[in-house]
Amino acid sequence: MEIKNAFAGTLESGDILIQIEPSDTPGLTIDLESTVAYQFGDQIKKVIADTLKGMGIGQAYVRATDKGALDCTIRARATAAVVRATGKDVWQD
Amino acid sequence: MDRLRRTMMFVPGNNPGMMQDAFIYGPDSIMLDLEDSVTLAEKDTARLLVYNALRTVDYGNIEMVVRINPLSTPYGHKDVEAVVKAGVDVVRMPKTETADEVREVETAIEKVETELGCVGRTKIMAAVESALGVVNAYAIATASKRMMGIALGAEDYCANLKTQRTPEGTELLLARQTIVVAARAAGIDCIDTVFSNLNDMDAFRREVETIKKLGFDGKSIINPRQIEIVNEVFTPSQKDIDKAVAIVGALHEAARRGSGVIALNGKMIDKPVVIRAQHTIDLAIAAGVLKKEDLS
Repeated sequence: MEIKNAFAGTLESGDILIQIEPSDTPGLTIDLESTVAYQFGDQIKKVIADTLKGMGIGQAYVRATDKGALDCTIRARATAAVVRATGKDVWQD
Repeated sequence: MDRLRRTMMFVPGNNPGMMQDAFIYGPDSIMLDLEDSVTLAEKDTARLLVYNALRTVDYGNIEMVVRINPLSTPYGHKDVEAVVKAGVDVVRMPKTETADEVREVETAIEKVETELGCVGRTKIMAAVESALGVVNAYAIATASKRMMGIALGAEDYCANLKTQRTPEGTELLLARQTIVVAARAAGIDCIDTVFSNLNDMDAFRREVETIKKLGFDGKSIINPRQIEIVNEVFTPSQKDIDKAVAIVGALHEAARRGSGVIALNGKMIDKPVVIRAQHTIDLAIAAGVLKKEDLS
């Protein structure tokens, strides 16, 4: 699926900023910066990857800056970034 | 009384930190806001945050309300779809002026619920924020069987009235009384407007005491610091509870004797006094300061 540069989220506490860019490298490349990367880095990357794949994005470069976001926030921000990157909304209207 | 609604805490729908922590403070209801507190550029992301929070965060017994954008905007229908799919308890309509607007939201909710197979699950509350809304308060309150409450939004109302808010609240008296009367006539709850000055908690307490006297069920709040004061004002005192229990006890005693005359300490008790006493007991039980078994 064709994508353009897009981002969603903030750098406020409890949030995560997710930036998506087109990539020539096969698969998803996820660069994560997080104060809890040692404990939860793999889980954060997994939520991002699962969300993107679930929306049909199998190849992209993702830069994520985490400020202690819960999984539901990571999922929301990743979804919003994909919607903005593809122009395809998840709601019917 | 189906549940307590003393405090309805406003939480911006674009602030995940506040959304995930809001339940800690124990408001009776949490209102996640997709309308005024969210900029146009972030309507899409806030909707997704609210959707995912509702589906994931354990808010316990707190009633979850989402204030949607009007259906007349590009955001309203998407808001309804998202929050109904997420299982929200109540959709809160902003700036409601007519019964038709309520029925339009009901139709939008029902469309999503039909897809999900859960028709009738979602309740509606309407915020009245204009002179026309106040004039139509009863029609709005009775526009749908889903209506669970009606609220006053004072800032927009005052702007529409070409006046401004004062500490005394004189400018809001008619609207407040109209909304309480409409809610009682319709058999639904009524929630008062927010009080924004967090540096004057004495004035806040006075306002809460005023709206309780007027008959409101609770108040919209914008900060957890306001919860304790509202709960103190709206929770019956031990003296009131003891008196109410004695009155209802006298009612049961009269019924046991087959007498239609209720008396307590040598004084006759009228029916409205019994109704008020029962309401005090209901409030005390709902607030957890009285147990049903204590009544027997």
